Amino acid sequence: MARYVGYKRPKNTKKTLLALSRYLGNHKWLLALVALLVLISTGANIMGTYLLKPVINRFILPGDTKGLITAVAAMGLMYLCGVLATLGYNQLMVITAQKVVSEIRRDLFAHVQKLPLKYFDAHTHGDLMSRFTNDVDTVQEALNNSFTMLIQSFLMIVGTITMLLVLSIRLSVIVIVFMILMFIMIQFSGKRSRKYFTRQQEQLGSINGFVEEMVAGQKVEKVFNHEKADFEEFCKRNEALRKASTSALSYSSMMVPSVVSLSYANYAVSACVGGLFTLAGMFDLGSLASYLVYVRQSAMPLNQFTNQINFLLAALSGAERIFEMMEEPEEVDEGKVTLCNVNFKPDGSVEEAGEYTGNFAWKVPKGTNFDASVLKQAAVCGTDGLVYVPLRGRVDLKNVVFGYAKERQILNGISLYAKPGQKIAFVGSTGAGKTTIINLINRFYEIDSGQIIYDGINIEDIKKDDLRRSLAMVVQETHLFTGTIADNIRYGRLNASDEEVIRAAKVANADSFIRRLPDGYQTVLYSDGANLSQGQRQLLAIARAAIAQPPVLILDEATSSVDTRTERLIEKGMDAIMDGRTVFVIAHRLSTVRNAKAIMVLEHGQIIERGDHEALLEQKGRYYQLYTGQFELE
Amino acid sequence: MVKRIFSFLHQYKKYAILAVICVVAESVFELIIPLIMADIVDKGVATGDREMIFLKGGQMLICAALALVFGIGSARFSALAGQGLGAELRKEEYRRLQAFSFSNIDNFRVSSLVTRLTSDITNVQNSISTGMRPACRGPVMLVIATGVAFTLNAQLALVFLVALPLLAFLLFEIISHVRPLYTRMQGAIDMVNRIIQENLTAVRVVKACVRGDYEREKFDKVNEDLVDISRKSFRLSALNMPAMQFVMYGTILAILWFGGRLIGTGEMQVGELTGFLSYVLQILKSLMMISNVFMMMTRSLASASRIVEVIDEKPEITDEDAGDISVERGEIEFSHVYFKYKKEAAEYVLSDISFHIGAGETVGIIGQTGSAKSTLVQLIPRLYDVTEGTIFIDGHPVKEYPLEHLRDAIAMVLQKNTLFSGSLLENLRWGKEDATMEEIEEVCQIACADEFIGRLDHGYDTEMGQGGVNVSGGQKQRLCIARALLKKPKVLILDDSTSAVDTATEGRIRQMMANKLPQMTKIIIAQRISSVRHADKIIVLDDGKVSGIGTHDKLLENNEIYQEIYESQKEGAQL
Repeated sequence: MARYVGYKRPKNTKKTLLALSRYLGNHKWLLALVALLVLISTGANIMGTYLLKPVINRFILPGDTKGLITAVAAMGLMYLCGVLATLGYNQLMVITAQKVVSEIRRDLFAHVQKLPLKYFDAHTHGDLMSRFTNDVDTVQEALNNSFTMLIQSFLMIVGTITMLLVLSIRLSVIVIVFMILMFIMIQFSGKRSRKYFTRQQEQLGSINGFVEEMVAGQKVEKVFNHEKADFEEFCKRNEALRKASTSALSYSSMMVPSVVSLSYANYAVSACVGGLFTLAGMFDLGSLASYLVYVRQSAMPLNQFTNQINFLLAALSGAERIFEMMEEPEEVDEGKVTLCNVNFKPDGSVEEAGEYTGNFAWKVPKGTNFDASVLKQAAVCGTDGLVYVPLRGRVDLKNVVFGYAKERQILNGISLYAKPGQKIAFVGSTGAGKTTIINLINRFYEIDSGQIIYDGINIEDIKKDDLRRSLAMVVQETHLFTGTIADNIRYGRLNASDEEVIRAAKVANADSFIRRLPDGYQTVLYSDGANLSQGQRQLLAIARAAIAQPPVLILDEATSSVDTRTERLIEKGMDAIMDGRTVFVIAHRLSTVRNAKAIMVLEHGQIIERGDHEALLEQKGRYYQLYTGQFELE
Repeated sequence: MVKRIFSFLHQYKKYAILAVICVVAESVFELIIPLIMADIVDKGVATGDREMIFLKGGQMLICAALALVFGIGSARFSALAGQGLGAELRKEEYRRLQAFSFSNIDNFRVSSLVTRLTSDITNVQNSISTGMRPACRGPVMLVIATGVAFTLNAQLALVFLVALPLLAFLLFEIISHVRPLYTRMQGAIDMVNRIIQENLTAVRVVKACVRGDYEREKFDKVNEDLVDISRKSFRLSALNMPAMQFVMYGTILAILWFGGRLIGTGEMQVGELTGFLSYVLQILKSLMMISNVFMMMTRSLASASRIVEVIDEKPEITDEDAGDISVERGEIEFSHVYFKYKKEAAEYVLSDISFHIGAGETVGIIGQTGSAKSTLVQLIPRLYDVTEGTIFIDGHPVKEYPLEHLRDAIAMVLQKNTLFSGSLLENLRWGKEDATMEEIEEVCQIACADEFIGRLDHGYDTEMGQGGVNVSGGQKQRLCIARALLKKPKVLILDDSTSAVDTATEGRIRQMMANKLPQMTKIIIAQRISSVRHADKIIVLDDGKVSGIGTHDKLLENNEIYQEIYESQKEGAQL
């Protein structure tokens, strides 16, 4: 059967096979067993055909009923073994394939989570998704079927050719010539269909992209009555896809009838030549008959074999894309400093606590340099050269240079400090680098040069997970997960109780709208919470941060879609939670940053002004301009 | 279901018929070849007739060539029919999708709709294109070979009466158990994909909250579920092959046994037996083919039913009550409007909303986050239908306007506004396809977009990228306003659409609109008091109810919420 064949050849087959064999290696005994069972099953099949003749000649013709019973029973036993072997290898292969595929999927997911953000910036979601779906699927298909079919058809080819050679070497030349012809033709049409297949994949990608964009922007489409124009565009792409895929499929499915016809031509030529040979006395009639049976049989396994090879190649190229992704370097994380909850005792010593105490300290192992002199609270020595540095939230940037791409620097040697326990704000126009600073502090990206010091410790020495655990972030683009509202809030701290969830929602002023949802806190959100307004989503994100009770809080345009009155209420609630802790605020709305202790005005990756609201107004600089811009209109 | 799917063949029906004819013809020629072959051996070689050998050999080659022609024809026509059907289905599904209201879309979820439009259709069309040949060939081979077998020896052919029903029963058992499993497997795949998708889009949240382990556990669980269900379904469908072999081998043995007995009693010749056996193998092979097709079809049936679900979903917002009228002035009235997103929801999102907006008035709407401001304005162009009450435009209920006319007259700039991939100009032309450059420049001037478009490297030809990633937030908002203005609407709704624009520019936009488009009714949702204070009327919403309506000064006097909002924004100003 012509299944759909289309693939790009793998670039580095050996390497991919090696990686794949690591997964298969765990099951190598199972695979060996599968191969053995395939051998038995195929053997039973070939032997059965072969035995028909002797059974007829030796038992049926002489009318030996007893002998016939034995022969039929023996054949029955052999066939039974064949059926059982078929049953066995099919089941074993499914089980093994599913195990391998689930291991691959699991490892791929685990690895993707450790990739740096840079990687996600450079690849589209669709591309990454398709490795999980299309590529894993082709590998699964290949493991489910192709592996065993390949062995089977290979055995059949070898068996048939052997039989042909045994019967007549000279006549076999014809068959072998035809087989080579068939092979060439299969390769040729494979190449043809591959070309169209690539075109089809492109068209499929284009229509997928179009549909995704239009479904996401459907409100806009409706508002602009743009349905007709979009439908026309869709039809255009749809037609292009139809044409490409029709060509691709035509070529790939022409392969089977072509091979079959060639095999009939082979059959015809063999019959004629065989007939002439027989007439010349070089061959007997009985042998000619069984020779021709084998000629007829030779085409199918060849066809199957080439088909399966194509599938395997497709699977290998899928596997290659998967392993390529698995080889992407993970986020750098060489830090040894960890974060822990502590109790400060009256005598000045520090005791590590298992549960949440509200007091945090950095556990600095021996040999890591740090400078705690900037902190008011002194570091305390523990056992084994360990030092506990109380977490205060002091952040120093020293001459930090950074660009998302090498050619374009966003931050040009920026230096700043944030005193612990303060609310620090960044203001400035789009692209000034406010968000970038935050992305560097929690090490979403690595700086090009300079240093970032957190409580006297270089952030590169802090374990990434612990660094991020110490910073709760609310970003402008809120993402919610499928699950209940309560689950989404609890994402900030998984073991939070229901009461704590509600308290956090109240701090974020989200409680009242949540209560009005169909199932309150148990309302299930789908599709990234599509039915909630931007503002409501932001409130949920704030609740998520509030429940985390973090030592340091970062609000990056966290209230941009929230009305000013609600924003004030949230501010009050958050101030109570964050009392004595460091808070970073980024906003372009000046009412949001007004109360910050220190406001830094950024322009083109540089801090141009620093001070509190009043001081900055007095300076009559950039901040003053921004601020008075609002008032020209009042 | 199958019938329903095939009813979308439309103009590709002829290709489907041609494909069937070709397959049948091809099979017939293939079956003739062994018969000719028998002549070569029995007549040609046996009698030493060389001419006969060449003649028959030539006939065989001609048959092979004809089989090739028909074979290529069948490949081409089934590709045309299958892919054509896929294209028609996709078109139909997309057309349906466009007519869906948002509650229709919620029924399916966005991600699922995209899969239904893409991979589900690919499944169906490929299984038709590739399944056509075996599906037609199998029965033809079966019928002819069975016929021949019965003419050869009717007594022995009775073995089929046991073998065929047994095989049919086994296949039916396997397929009927596998089918529901495949549907469940599709569901499990959706779950896995959803978690991957969510982790890709929310990668920052996962990293910032250090939830990698948590997500991994979540993923491991759904991955485990998927493996369980796919193992079950594949194991069951893998029974197909041994079952086939079992019946096939059993039949061969039975024929050997009974055939041997018949020969023993002289009721049958040896030649007949070997001929019979080869036809038996032919029959069983064609059955194998049919069963393979069935297995493949079973899998795509799950996809087919997902497609039909979309096609059969009834759009909720329709033109049913519409007459042939269009909006003339842009006077809007809400009369005791209630709204909730789902019928089952306990509380209304909007309740008892009544107000009147005169044509050409500017109205501000202000209220807390979650007070349903956006919901309220989306009811006007019928993005959602009211649950109770009526909205009148120019004195007619909105339902009496055809959707096209209604939405033509009302332009809306959404809060979460979207630009599409394509150039800046193409995006603006969404407003009016055939707009002249003068018209476009004029609206850009009103929306204060001209100032930055001039500074872009490629001006109006700048590529926007999906979602408009190549311009800043404030610029995007101004483009969206220009796009809306290009429609020359009677009513313009701005849903918090100047939030990223600085206040000075926002003021200029407001001024321009007031001067150049005085007839247009304007509804402005805003966070900042400064955005709405000059409006003819301000509506204050609180928890989905109207808390007050009036001018800025009046509301400052008597509306507590408005006062609070004002205070929260004024405080800084007095420093």
